[in-house]
Amino acid sequence: MTITTAKDKTELFAPAIRAEIDRWVAKYPPEWKQSAVMGALMIVQDDNGGWLTTQLMDDVAAYLDMPSIAVYEVATFYSMYELKPVGKHKICVCTNVSCMTNKSDIIVEHLEKKLGISFGQITEDGRFSLKEVECLGACGGAPMMQIGKQYYENLTPEIVDAILEGLE
Amino acid sequence: MANEVCLRTLDLERPWLLEQYQSRGGYEMLKKILTEKTPPEAIIEEVKMSGLRGRGGAGFPTGLKWSFISRNAPGQKYVVCNSDEGEPGTFKDRDILRYNPHQLIEGMIIAGYAIGATRGYNYIRGEFWEPYERFEQALEEARNAGFLGNDLLGSGFDFELYTHLGAGAYICGEETALLESIEGKKGQPRYKPPFPAHFGLYGRPTIINNTESLASIPMIIEKGGAWFADIGVKNSGGSKLFSISGNINNPGVFEIPMGTPFSELLEMAGGVKDGRRIKAVIPGGSSSPVIPGDQMMELNMDYDAIAAAGSMLGSGAVIVLDDTNCMVKILERMSYFYYEESCGQCTPCREGTGWLYRVVQRIEAGQGRQEDLDLLDDVAGKISGKTICALGDAAAMPVQGMLRHFRDEFQYHIDHQRCMVGVG
Ligand SMILES: Cc1cc2nc3c(=O)[nH]c(=O)nc-3n(C[C@H](O)[C@H](O)[C@H](O)COP(=O)(O)O)c2cc1C
Ligand code: SF4
Ligand code: FES
Repeated sequence: MTITTAKDKTELFAPAIRAEIDRWVAKYPPEWKQSAVMGALMIVQDDNGGWLTTQLMDDVAAYLDMPSIAVYEVATFYSMYELKPVGKHKICVCTNVSCMTNKSDIIVEHLEKKLGISFGQITEDGRFSLKEVECLGACGGAPMMQIGKQYYENLTPEIVDAILEGLE
Repeated sequence: MANEVCLRTLDLERPWLLEQYQSRGGYEMLKKILTEKTPPEAIIEEVKMSGLRGRGGAGFPTGLKWSFISRNAPGQKYVVCNSDEGEPGTFKDRDILRYNPHQLIEGMIIAGYAIGATRGYNYIRGEFWEPYERFEQALEEARNAGFLGNDLLGSGFDFELYTHLGAGAYICGEETALLESIEGKKGQPRYKPPFPAHFGLYGRPTIINNTESLASIPMIIEKGGAWFADIGVKNSGGSKLFSISGNINNPGVFEIPMGTPFSELLEMAGGVKDGRRIKAVIPGGSSSPVIPGDQMMELNMDYDAIAAAGSMLGSGAVIVLDDTNCMVKILERMSYFYYEESCGQCTPCREGTGWLYRVVQRIEAGQGRQEDLDLLDDVAGKISGKTICALGDAAAMPVQGMLRHFRDEFQYHIDHQRCMVGVG
């Protein structure tokens, strides 16, 4: 177990990131800074192109006065944290029952063919990665996917093409 | 008849704005309670009378839950809203957050007043970015209007409300896992007892309710518990949001009275796609045992009617399956979900969900063995009721339901190494 206390906290993150994390910290009782760990991990992950390095997790631990292992436990438990690089656009396709019975497999096949990758992989140029996800609570729009923060519903291969073309 | 409670602002333009909510009488109940200093017991009594039962899936009477808090015990108490909405098939809380966030906020403040809590958290699943932003914007508006903060409207009552964002874990919908998650830990359910009413968030007395339960409160106070109860039927007060999806023409969220015939709901949702035959319905989220289509067409959508048919109303997530679906394949997908989402804390669930998935998978793949159906019964039976939280039961019940009603389809797969459904 390592508790990093060496660095001055102001050295840990850029001021804008610190301000964002502090916004989360302020939501919880002062003795429960740890409650901000989920928000903090998401912020630093977004800032790092969508994934978490051990260094970043250690820095979050230090910033929130937590043991590093407690941060690793959180980062490995929740599926939205990525411990390996992902594409600039992380495409998450739901394959649970309502999407499955509305032919999510066709969407998956189309994306795999178009991008030349399968679930868990990144395109060579680093622009896209594919991820299979569980029900995202948008079954009325099945089949659906999430890219970044945005939901895309009622997909067809043609709609998927148009969406990908519209991304930077 | 429809959209009388949680979706009552849906016909307005930009219904999520404070001014729109107020144009329908929003926050009037909060003002009334604060100025008249309504006794908290009277509020809890009204909620009890309404017959409101928890909309998160378990159906526990909301008023009764609130009465478990010792209101006058010193120290911090909490109101927590469960907007984790992870039960496959469920997508109603998302609409409350997107279209009527203020009614949830008002409901949470009233809940806080009723149990003597001055702080609340709304736990929103991490993927729900758009609903999160809507809710945050509504919090800001409410704060600026003086509905959140200290000494609300000069009453001496303080209430602050914050959002906590999840990060992808179905188990965090379980109430004690959710509390762990707010505490900045992995979402592993706690032993119960102690229940959250005694030992909840940060070890303090806490009520935790589903988004729809809490958003129903302002209307129950405005029109009275009896009014709400009368919308529904015996043991199932009020209206309910049904998320209906699957092989239907017009999927979506419908707020209709409890006890509405399923056939009417199906009609509102445009009927089965391509005029096909309805084969089966999963009536209350993926954990609820499947019901054959013909039987479902005769049932009403309320707790007792669905329970009498051997299933559960659950979260009101109705998944309609037509006759092109292979039930083995459907169960394989569902079993994979529970296997993936088990938090791994207790052995029957951790090991059992893996067994269920592997056995259903091999039947699907045409490698099933004659003894496999008995094995599935056996494993499901060994999980049920023997785990820390209800995810274990949630994994076992779909298996039991499928084997009860579609055993011959599974047997066919084993006997012929293929599916009896043409397109399976
Ligand atoms: C595995 C599991 C997942 C759950 N997911 C949710 C959920 O996403 N939303 C929810 O409101 N309740 C969920 N529940 C039920 C909660 O534990 C709890 O009963 C509910 O939030 C209480 O609120 P209510 O009485 O208003 O329904 C889940 C339960 C289990 C066992
Ligand atoms: S039943 Fe499953 S999900 Fe629930 S605590 Fe046990 S292992 Fe975790
Ligand atoms: S099943 Fe895909 S969003 Fe629910």
